[in-house]
Amino acid sequence: MPAVQETVEQVRSIDVDQYKYGFITDIEMDKAPKGLNEDIVRFISAKKGDPAWMTEWRLDAYRRWLTMQEPTWARVEYPKIDFNDLYYYAAPKKKEGPKSLDEIDPAILETYKKLGIPLREQEMLAGVQNTRVAVDAVFDSVSVVTTFKDELKKAGVIFCSISEAIREHPELVRQYLGTVVPVTDNFYATLNSAVFTDGSFVYVPPGVRCPMELSTYFRINEKDTGQFERTLIIADKGSYVSYLEGCTAPQRDENQLHAAVVELIALDDAEIKYSTVQNWYPGDAQGKGGVYNFVTKRGDCRGANSKISWTQVETGSAITWKYPSCILRGDNSRGEFYSIAVSNGYQQVDSGTKMIHLGKNTSSRIISKGISAGRSQNTYRGLVSAHRKATGARNFTNCDSLLIGDQCGAHTVPYIESKNASAIFEHEATTSKISEDQLFYCLQRGLSAEEATALIVNGFVKDVLQQLPMEFAVEAQKLISISLEGSVG
Amino acid sequence: MADLTPNVTPMRTAAENQLLALFPSVKARLPGASAERQQAYDAFAQAGLPHRRVEAWKYTDLRAVLREAAPLADVPSAALLGEVRAKPSPFAGLGPSLVIVDGVFEPSLSDLDALPAGVEALGLAGALGAAQPVANLGEAAVADDAVLALNAAFMTDGVVLRVAAGSKVETPVFVRFVRTGGEPRSTYTRVLVVVGEGASLTLGESREGPAGVAHQDNAVLEIVAGDRATVSHVVLNTEGRGSIDLSTVGVKLGAKCLFNTFALATAPALSRRQIFVHFAGENSKISLNGGALLNGRQHADTTLVVNHAVPHCESRELYKHVLDGESTGVFQGKIIVQPYAQKTDGQMMSQAVLLGDNATMNNKPELEIFADDVVCAHGATCGQLDDDLLFYLRARGLPKPDAEALMLQAFVGQALETIEDESIRGVLESVVEGWLKARM
Repeated sequence: MPAVQETVEQVRSIDVDQYKYGFITDIEMDKAPKGLNEDIVRFISAKKGDPAWMTEWRLDAYRRWLTMQEPTWARVEYPKIDFNDLYYYAAPKKKEGPKSLDEIDPAILETYKKLGIPLREQEMLAGVQNTRVAVDAVFDSVSVVTTFKDELKKAGVIFCSISEAIREHPELVRQYLGTVVPVTDNFYATLNSAVFTDGSFVYVPPGVRCPMELSTYFRINEKDTGQFERTLIIADKGSYVSYLEGCTAPQRDENQLHAAVVELIALDDAEIKYSTVQNWYPGDAQGKGGVYNFVTKRGDCRGANSKISWTQVETGSAITWKYPSCILRGDNSRGEFYSIAVSNGYQQVDSGTKMIHLGKNTSSRIISKGISAGRSQNTYRGLVSAHRKATGARNFTNCDSLLIGDQCGAHTVPYIESKNASAIFEHEATTSKISEDQLFYCLQRGLSAEEATALIVNGFVKDVLQQLPMEFAVEAQKLISISLEGSVG
Repeated sequence: MADLTPNVTPMRTAAENQLLALFPSVKARLPGASAERQQAYDAFAQAGLPHRRVEAWKYTDLRAVLREAAPLADVPSAALLGEVRAKPSPFAGLGPSLVIVDGVFEPSLSDLDALPAGVEALGLAGALGAAQPVANLGEAAVADDAVLALNAAFMTDGVVLRVAAGSKVETPVFVRFVRTGGEPRSTYTRVLVVVGEGASLTLGESREGPAGVAHQDNAVLEIVAGDRATVSHVVLNTEGRGSIDLSTVGVKLGAKCLFNTFALATAPALSRRQIFVHFAGENSKISLNGGALLNGRQHADTTLVVNHAVPHCESRELYKHVLDGESTGVFQGKIIVQPYAQKTDGQMMSQAVLLGDNATMNNKPELEIFADDVVCAHGATCGQLDDDLLFYLRARGLPKPDAEALMLQAFVGQALETIEDESIRGVLESVVEGWLKARM
């Protein structure tokens, strides 16, 4: 059975066990001592060059965090995290990585090749030393970066790291930071507020359509943003911005715990499109290790006629706990959530969204596609609610789950709460396995079981892929096929 | 860090304290062995009344709603029994009925002699008092639930109904729960229905009581069905406005069983109906349905847990809520498909029409699936009556109230159609029509 053999090899080639090759972490780093206390918070604040108000903000968050308890309601299981046994600050600058691509495990390079990633970018992703130069070469050195910065500047768009924004644009940061995800929103958001080390800041001035898709991918200087990322995006009146987070290649990452916070604010007539492709280390074949991804993402359609759209492709992380939400405050505002969550091995995904309708004639749309294979657990958990005054609210929700193999689980936990008679909510969910008939049809036409599954799965997730920016969509499609390799046959 | 985390122990409410104090004072006069009651009481003492932090009770905060726990109802006097005798059952003439007045089974009011062949009924209190334990009691109603625990601790009386194996009972059998008196009192009743292999039974339940009295009822129905048994069950709740009605149904099905239930709630101030279905044998089919027509500040909660523990079973759920005024409807449905329960087919639908500007509908249809070869789906909708349809009807000369009533009748009718027994369906349809007429 050559097809089976090929499958086995392909799976072996992307075997998560092999990620650790070539990644040496025992090196001199600019690290804070283990554990968390007020001194560590002050240390991080000082390292980041925070103004006094920011230090206070962090300390306040830390003190509140001490009184909070870890949430236990999600369908995820993991050993208790000892928050005093973690490093909260590690400067990434002096990192010692492989010297060149020759030192990287060929299996990983194979995966990159499958994804069609250019050589230089591969170097950057694999963490090869002196990547700065390499990547600059990809983007034609400093000149491109400068052109790109110039272009943004000409448009008036501010795109920088959050630490820089705290220093350079304190008035904007103070006005908006923590207004969508309050400091005490939840256990992990509060922790993030105390110790966040980096992240992006975007401000698009009134009436400006951001001339390019913004991406963390471009911000080379911030490639290792660390465990506690904080992103704040503000689209002022009538503006538009599209932001891409993450990348499709398997990224090396030693951090066990990621607790990021993303806040989006759309004022009158503004639109924000936020796309994520997440492919962190999912743990080894026995389910050991892997990234815990506990993220709080929320958008606030603060102005009338504003729109926020979340698109996510989740294939990595051992545990994903993430609910990108929209608060539809402005009249006629619109929220969208498109999600593909693929879980394999021992991965656990508990993800979904919240659409909170507060303004009049607000509308929202949720399309969630969960695919579970191996021994993974995949949960959609979502809330759609209409406030008393949300006259004319409209929601359509569709969450479908696909099961591959009899060891995995797929769960749906939607909450639909309507307090307004004129609100119209529709929710539908289905769970099934890949249709035998469809598989048979494909096999009959000469496709292997693997190819047939990939084809059917891609059809299953098509609605969401269409929402991704073009280049992302192509990579995401390949990524899904790779993630599911070894799950059939 | 751990030292600073506050350990929250909620204060006991007045109702909780009353319930805790009630048990020691009435323990001696409750029938049957006290060890199990004590165990259930301890479980309640541990958990307290369910509140919104308890996921299964998220939308019905009993701790907040139940301000006072009413004392146990007194044994009805002869005069009261006379009044009950004079009151016709909503299902009068359709079949024999067993009557429970204020939580006490009354053989003198029941048609024990008219029971169809193969059906045997006796009072639960008597059965509990006998030397032998009651077979099958506590077999179907198994859940970690404070309301169920309260029932197990306090149950005073009820009915044990057994259908002999192979008996195809054509005539429906009814159980009437009648409440009397003008002061709020509580009852804890339990009905156990054991349907033997290959037997069939149609069971009707009616809840009747005076309007405007805040009676509190905690009723448990346990249905244990042997292989190839068929059970149809219908509940009509017209108990007077003001009451709090907590009802738990536990169903355990053997192989190749058919189970169908329908519940219509129009009257209680607060009703919570929780159904736990456990498939113990393969190839069984269930259909759980219901409707609630609410206005004022009424609150109706339907919570289902369907546990597919074996392969090849099918479940269907259809629930309709019509919410007027400031009423609240709650639907929580959970379909669990255990590993190896392959070829499960589960479909769940909850629909609500909100008529009142201040009405609320909370839907939580859940799927929890651990097997891959399954077809499961759920749907939930809520909205108001379609303006276009309304316009269509009005353009044809129907006044607005009539047009609305017609549309609502059709809306609820879809669920009513699942009732197999035509005469029983007719009774429920007339209750729906009565409600719609009163609204016009």
